[in-house]
Amino acid sequence: MAGRESQKSFTGEGLACRRGERRVFKGVAFALTPGDALLLGGPNGSGKTSLLRLMAGLAQPEEGVIAWNGETIADDLAAHRARLHYIGHQDAVKPALTAAENLAFWAGMRGTDGGVTDALCRFRLDARADWPARYLSAGERKRLGLARLMASPAALWLLDEPTSSLDAEATEILLTAIAGHRRAGGCVALATHAALPVPGAQALSLADHATWRQR
Amino acid sequence: MSGFAALLTRDLRLAFRHGGDVANVVAFFALAVILFPFGVGPDPDLLARIAAGVLWVTALLAALLSLERLFDADFQDGSLEALSLMPVPLEIQVLAKCVAHWLTTGLPLTIIAPLLALVLHFDAAGYPALVAALLLGTPVLSLIGAIGAALTLGARRAGVLLSLLVLPLYIPVLIFGVAASEAAALGLESRPHLLLLAALLAGSLALAPWAAAAALRQALE
Repeated sequence: MAGRESQKSFTGEGLACRRGERRVFKGVAFALTPGDALLLGGPNGSGKTSLLRLMAGLAQPEEGVIAWNGETIADDLAAHRARLHYIGHQDAVKPALTAAENLAFWAGMRGTDGGVTDALCRFRLDARADWPARYLSAGERKRLGLARLMASPAALWLLDEPTSSLDAEATEILLTAIAGHRRAGGCVALATHAALPVPGAQALSLADHATWRQR
Repeated sequence: MSGFAALLTRDLRLAFRHGGDVANVVAFFALAVILFPFGVGPDPDLLARIAAGVLWVTALLAALLSLERLFDADFQDGSLEALSLMPVPLEIQVLAKCVAHWLTTGLPLTIIAPLLALVLHFDAAGYPALVAALLLGTPVLSLIGAIGAALTLGARRAGVLLSLLVLPLYIPVLIFGVAASEAAALGLESRPHLLLLAALLAGSLALAPWAAAAALRQALE
């Protein structure tokens, strides 16, 4: 592991986050090297989504610094966006477009269009490719959202409750995809309530950093 | 550029699949214009005199109708958050959405406006200037409207708030649009008015995407 320290890495130090009037957490730190996974835990409202949004650059931390390869992400948000996939609570699926069109759009926004068929197959949606997304079930829509991970490459995956409404088979597909991504040198940070078997993952419980209980 | 094209294509495809949205705007425009002869009476001279004003005011209101859904659908289903994380600058994305909005509202309105002008006994000499003014003016409606739509994103009763914000900003477009069409109908030079409309278009093309993108970032915080 010592040799890896010098490689590019994704780190956060002394992070504090405020949502409105409420301080959600403070003193949060993490360090990921290529191939690492970070499991975010903690009760509802402990700031798992807030931390993922900070990692994605969607919001700025109140205190602390998030850096990629030693460079603060806020200094070059465009470069940071180009290297990450963020899959939030909502699927960002358009009901009027077919599954393939939905996926091709997101891949096209990232400047690629080759991986769509492959990604649909990986998430067992190939039979649904030409269905308007409004006919997909909640689990299938979630899978379609997650298929974006495979449709275009990105070094950093930020996943917010990725297994909600997924069945056992789809969860397995996701875990396989995460394992493959890590083998290829990618990083994953995911917030989850389920006890997901992600081998060698670091765990970060935001309950330990909560500031709202102490008041 | 590929991101611009991808977003434009998607928005046009969505508008095409929900064909009703475009049809509603055009139908509202046609119906509202046709109400005027009933309201003010069938006197051809009177109708010809107010024709340009009626067409512009109703076109403005019709464009306003469709503005609310410009960013709202994407905001509600999480697409906007995902879009803001794409490597394509948000300003370029706003521009793509404005172009799509114009192609599905401003352009259809411009196409049927001459037909409705006929109903209002609009002077034949004014038609080229009317169409030219609408072609220059309606994109400004989409661009300024995008700022309003972005600012009111997530607000309760956003539609009403949007009208209050945007309608005052539409006044310059209305003034020069009507002036161009009327000048031509009266046999005067419409070029200066059209040039002013073109200046408004150039100005809003340069400023509106930045303002709207800043408002969207605020809404996503």
